[in-house]
Amino acid sequence: MNSTGRNASRQELARTEWDRIAASEQFKDLLQIKKLFIVPAFVFFFMYYFALAVLVGYAPKLASARVIGSVTVAYLFALSQFVVGWIIAGLYLLASTRFDALTKDILASFDERQGDK
Amino acid sequence: MSISLAVFLLFVASTLGITYWAAKRSRGASAYFAAGRRITAWQNGFAVAGDFMSAASFLGLIGLIALQGLDGFLYSVGGFVAFVTILLVVAEPLRNTGKYTMGDVLAYRLRPRPVRALAALSTLTVATFYMIAQMVGAGALVTLLLADSGLTYNVAVIGVGVLMMVYVIFGGMLATTWVQIIKAMLLSACTLILTLLVLRHFHFHLAEFFAAASQIAHQQHGQLVVSDFLQPGLHYKLPHGPLDLISLSLIFAFGTAGLPHILVKFYTVPDAKTARHSVVWAMILIGSFYVMTSILGLGAAVLIGPDDIVTHGGTNMAGPRLAQALGGNVFLAVVSAVAFATILAVVAGLMISASTSFAHDFWTNVIHRGVERKSGESVLVARIAALAVGAVSVLIAIALGPASNVLILATFGMAVAASANFPVLALSIFWRRFNTAGAVAGLTVGLLATVGLIVAGPNAMGIDPPNVVGATRHLIQAKPWFPFENVGIVSVPLGFLAAFVGTLLGREPSAEAKFNELLVRAQTGLGAEKAASH
Repeated sequence: MNSTGRNASRQELARTEWDRIAASEQFKDLLQIKKLFIVPAFVFFFMYYFALAVLVGYAPKLASARVIGSVTVAYLFALSQFVVGWIIAGLYLLASTRFDALTKDILASFDERQGDK
Repeated sequence: MSISLAVFLLFVASTLGITYWAAKRSRGASAYFAAGRRITAWQNGFAVAGDFMSAASFLGLIGLIALQGLDGFLYSVGGFVAFVTILLVVAEPLRNTGKYTMGDVLAYRLRPRPVRALAALSTLTVATFYMIAQMVGAGALVTLLLADSGLTYNVAVIGVGVLMMVYVIFGGMLATTWVQIIKAMLLSACTLILTLLVLRHFHFHLAEFFAAASQIAHQQHGQLVVSDFLQPGLHYKLPHGPLDLISLSLIFAFGTAGLPHILVKFYTVPDAKTARHSVVWAMILIGSFYVMTSILGLGAAVLIGPDDIVTHGGTNMAGPRLAQALGGNVFLAVVSAVAFATILAVVAGLMISASTSFAHDFWTNVIHRGVERKSGESVLVARIAALAVGAVSVLIAIALGPASNVLILATFGMAVAASANFPVLALSIFWRRFNTAGAVAGLTVGLLATVGLIVAGPNAMGIDPPNVVGATRHLIQAKPWFPFENVGIVSVPLGFLAAFVGTLLGREPSAEAKFNELLVRAQTGLGAEKAASH
């Protein structure tokens, strides 16, 4: 595939072509699948993050309770934010292989249509 | 010549070498503004980390944790979480739809001139304030660390200013990126060694370390008390404490995702997939760095003591003094030099994002309506803008002097990014109905609300006894009108609200009609800017 040719053709797409892709089942599937991962992951992470501020601010007794030796609930909870963030990043990388495959399909059928013209 | 000066000069020499190499390679606008979009995932991950971890993170956080214990550590957590927002929501659509700036994404389907003008204004304001804060920090660092080397505050500020101008003007984004990569490596290595030294002091026995951190003697209201630094409440106290904390969390959750100098980094990679992987690299680096700040801060509290830190050099010196206590003068010298390199890398990143936004958003697209009259004009304008922005920041930093309160300036940047930039950026990518009026309203209200509330809040207003002078004295000697240190709890919702209300005031069929194009391009990368082909 001549990449510069493909690039140029893509940049001068007619409005109808964008609308056509946006309306295609393939693209709707991609959006749906992305939403299914991103929305819950984002909402969960930020609820988890704000729970730290709420715990520390409004339940200082519980936050000060010691879990292992001198280590408190608050410190462990704060450290766990990093771990949870990394886990979400890892899961997102896993999920994104599926996004990439779907995206590739969309681009391939777009190229086919362009080739037919 | 002192060791720290030698280490620092070594860093300067190698970065100047990189700048020379980058200047020879750099041809054309995409090379200058976006490093030809050929930076790899790990490289960009290190560069983002080097761009983000400022002197405030390295020196400031260790000091904050050493004085406030767990409450200070909440800042470290906050610095990390926004990268989840960047990973899930911002990086890939941004890379796919924009070219050089945040303004590109907004102008994609909105009326370009008003949104670009405001985006450039917001970028320049955030970058300049941040930059002044970094320069004052650099100057203050010199007067504290290199007092014996004969360097003064003014020399240090001018030196930092000249160096960053050289990086940015001659080397563009490619040189800036490599300066940031090297700095991130140095800073990570330095933090890791310092952490190991702290743990070695406690015989690599975590229980012993945390036991010591849970009983720290310090002065409180003139009395010696013993506090558990692993418990909350040393800084954020009732009645406003908890809400202030939530306010801080709001700024952190979204602020970084709207910082112009972070956003531009995602244009330097070839595609959205690389952008995604680079965020994960950055998250690993920044996250482990911040986890280590808790060991360093608590270590400084145990080994040096909060009162000693306050009376000898202040919070910013907690880290360097810890290095001296554990590794002697040689390690102190290395840590000081790395702190300096840190400032240089951040300042170069700020400067290139500011000058790019001026040249690309304001000069080419607002004044000349998107037509570049001569090839290479936008790069020339960016270089001149870099010179001007650099000179202005140096002059302001010198006028303010080493004792000025830089915390307000740094807080300001993050809060504007969260309240003005992030709402309009996210809405323009995800809300079909969003329009120019909404973007203008969101940016204007977010910016004004942040400035107004910071000026009316306890950062700027307060009544000090006459013996408080210099940096710690409040700008306005009156009771604060706004109770919170962190303005996010009001300014972030206001920014979003203004963007919503502005949008609902009218309809913009052209913006809505172009939403499909933006959506398809953001999600698939169809039509996205390609990497330079050589």
